[in-house]
Formats: sequence, structure tokens, C-alpha cells
Amino acid sequence: MTTVIEVNSLTKRYRDTLAVDDVSFTIEKDTIYGLLGRNGAGKTTVMSILTAQNFATHGEIRIFGEDPYENAKVLSCMCFVRESQKYPEDATPRHAFRIARLFYPHWDQDFADRLIDDFQLPVKKTIKKLSRGQLSAVGVIIGLASRAEITFFDEPYLGLDAVARQIFYDRLLEDYAEHPRTVILSSHLIDEVSNLLERVIVIDKGRIIMDEETDAVRDRAANIVGETSAVDAFIAGREVIHRESLGRVSSVTVLGELTADDLARLTDAGLDVAPVSLQQLIVRTTQHAAGASADATAGEPASDIDEGARR
Amino acid sequence: MIEEGRPLFLQIAESVEDSIIDGGLAEEAQAPSTNELAAFYRINPATAAKGITMLTDKGVLYKRRGIGMFVAQGARELLLAERRAAFADRYLDPLIAEARKLGLGPDDLGRLLAERAATTTEGTTP
Repeated sequence: MTTVIEVNSLTKRYRDTLAVDDVSFTIEKDTIYGLLGRNGAGKTTVMSILTAQNFATHGEIRIFGEDPYENAKVLSCMCFVRESQKYPEDATPRHAFRIARLFYPHWDQDFADRLIDDFQLPVKKTIKKLSRGQLSAVGVIIGLASRAEITFFDEPYLGLDAVARQIFYDRLLEDYAEHPRTVILSSHLIDEVSNLLERVIVIDKGRIIMDEETDAVRDRAANIVGETSAVDAFIAGREVIHRESLGRVSSVTVLGELTADDLARLTDAGLDVAPVSLQQLIVRTTQHAAGASADATAGEPASDIDEGARR
Repeated sequence: MIEEGRPLFLQIAESVEDSIIDGGLAEEAQAPSTNELAAFYRINPATAAKGITMLTDKGVLYKRRGIGMFVAQGARELLLAERRAAFADRYLDPLIAEARKLGLGPDDLGRLLAERAATTTEGTTP
């Protein structure tokens, strides 16, 4: 595997807020990444620093081995689709696409035209007058049709309905299969995107708490449900990241893959095993991390990710 | 179609195995490509490729250079043997455990099984 992005001890401080806290990671070529985390976790800050739209307080980043600041060669290889991209007053989607075509060497106009049809985007209206979903579609079309070596999508689906989001995911996969490239997708809708992601990076409070292959995470945890004493007997010595009780029944999320032996013990004890979705796992891991770092935010429900999904 | 909590590449491999076992995919027939599987199940192509690689390593599929993946000779027998070996663990153990909870012994189970099997066969053969 070739590394396209290398980040070493990246830190970003805004006055007294530590937005990104000594973060290091690498991004491999031609891989789809999910950059996941709660609002304010630092996802957008990291992406804007990588694309040279913001400055690091400390740390080193290398894109294709080079510093991206004022580096035209590197910058034209990266496309950053922001959640709330600003456009000039009287610009239309057509203007935006024309500029993108000049800027991105791999721009595919036919593909852009097909996407405009797919999303039924009115290209002659001024962007100001577009709906929130149509505005998001402009960004998604630029992100896909630019075929940049590295594409960042920062919550690209705001205002897009379920059908339009599915079009986005389908086109992304199809085009990625034909033109492999590096994609970094930040999203709240974890369950919706989890099957698209080859790797997930989870950020919480400016720190990385998970950086792994998605499929490896999938059977990482399990919910054990049953009579409290039987559940307690089974979970002894295991890492518990969440527990709930209702009367004499407990539901506990444990980390670690269950062996055939474990499964036999569970069946004997009359306990049920339920899978944990990637979204649940991330919510629980984030809550668990929040509980472990004793900085007094205890009790605050870490449910942003859930809410995002229902929106 | 895709369930939570189990690695996707395993599920993809199993779906291909299922079509080989039920005859939908004959021996020496061309297997679906990585990209076809990725588009159909709406998953990352790298994950689909991992499932295909697993089947190649097992000797279920083989590669014809420049054409694609094909079902190997004897693949169906191989898979049937593997599934039969796993049958007791996967289906009988949970069945026996649940039966025990309900106070049903091995004899009761045997009787129920025979009865059900009889009605299911009648139901499927016209």
C-alpha cells in the first residue's frame, strides 16, 4: 500500500479550545475512509488543515510527501466538499462546475452532466435560490466529477433526501470501482455509510479513538442479554463498554470476539447474543471514552450520532 | 440481505457459496466479479474482493487470466462437506438448548422432527 497522507502530532488550538489534540495517522491510496465522530470532535478542522484551508498550531502533515501550503501541484490533487460551501452572490451551479473543470485535471464533464440529471439540479438558477438539498448536490457533483486523487466529503448530504443520498452512495461506489481513488467521507449517518467504508477513523474530543479496517470492527463487540446474575457470570473478566438493566434482565455490550466456546457457554446459560452495529459500537466507545476520561462531562448523553441518523 | 455484526467479506463469500450449493452457479460457470458484487450489495469493492480471495484460497473459485473468476470442479462437493460438518454446531445445538428450556427431551424432538419433515415434504412436492 502507498501512503498518500501522513499526519504527525497534529494539534490545532483556537484560543482556549483544543480542537485537535496531538493526532497522528496515515491515509492509504485508493481506499475509502470514514472519518466519524460527534459534532465538534474535530473532523472538519482536520480536513481543512489537510487541504491547506487552515493552519496547524503544531505538527506535520505530508500529502504525497509534500507540504500542501501554497503547493498548486498538491492542491489540484485534492477536492474538499464542505458542508457549507460559500459561493459568490450571483453564481449559478453552471459557474461552479465551470470553475471546477478548470481547477481539476481529471474533471469528467459527461459524468457531471449525468449527475446533474440524477439529482435534477437546476443549473441556471443562482445558487442563493437553491434549496439546501440542491446546494448539497452541487458539492456532491463537484466532489465526484473532479475525480481528484484525494476527495474529502464533509457531511455532504445535508438536506438530501434518502433517494438522493442513495444516488450519491451508488454513484460513488460505481465510479470508485472504475476510477479507484482515495475518499475520506465524514458522516453522522454511520449505519448508512458503513458498508461503503474500507477503514474507519473515529475522532472524539480532538483525539483518535479508533483507526481500523471496518470489517475487523464488525464483530468486535456483542450485546449479551439475559438474567442479570447469568450475564454477570459471563462478563467477568471481559471489557464492558455499556450496560443497561430492566428489572432482572441486563443487556451488556462487551468487547472482544466471541469464541465457539463462549457461544456454547452462552447457549447453556440461556443468554441471548445480539450483534452490535458499527454505529452502536462507535456511540458506545465514544461514551465509554467520555466516562473514562474523568473530565466532569459525566451524564451528558453522547447521542449526537443517533440524532444525526434520525434527522 | 446483509446482517450486522458479522464481517461483510464472509457474508459475501457465503452468498456465492449458497448459489454454488443450490446449483444457481454451476461448476465451470463464471462467478460474479468483485465490482458486480460490490454494486449489487452496495459495499466497498475491496471488501467484496476479500470475499472472493477467500473462495479462491479455499479452492472454490479459480482465476482465468484476463477473463474472470470461475467455479472450480468439485466446488459443490467441497462446500456440501463443509456445511454438513458445521450443521450440528450451527443448527442442532441451539435447537437442543431451546428444547431443554421447554422441557422437551430427545425423543420428543425426534417425533416433532419426523412430523414436521413429513408435512414440509408434502407441502413442497405437488
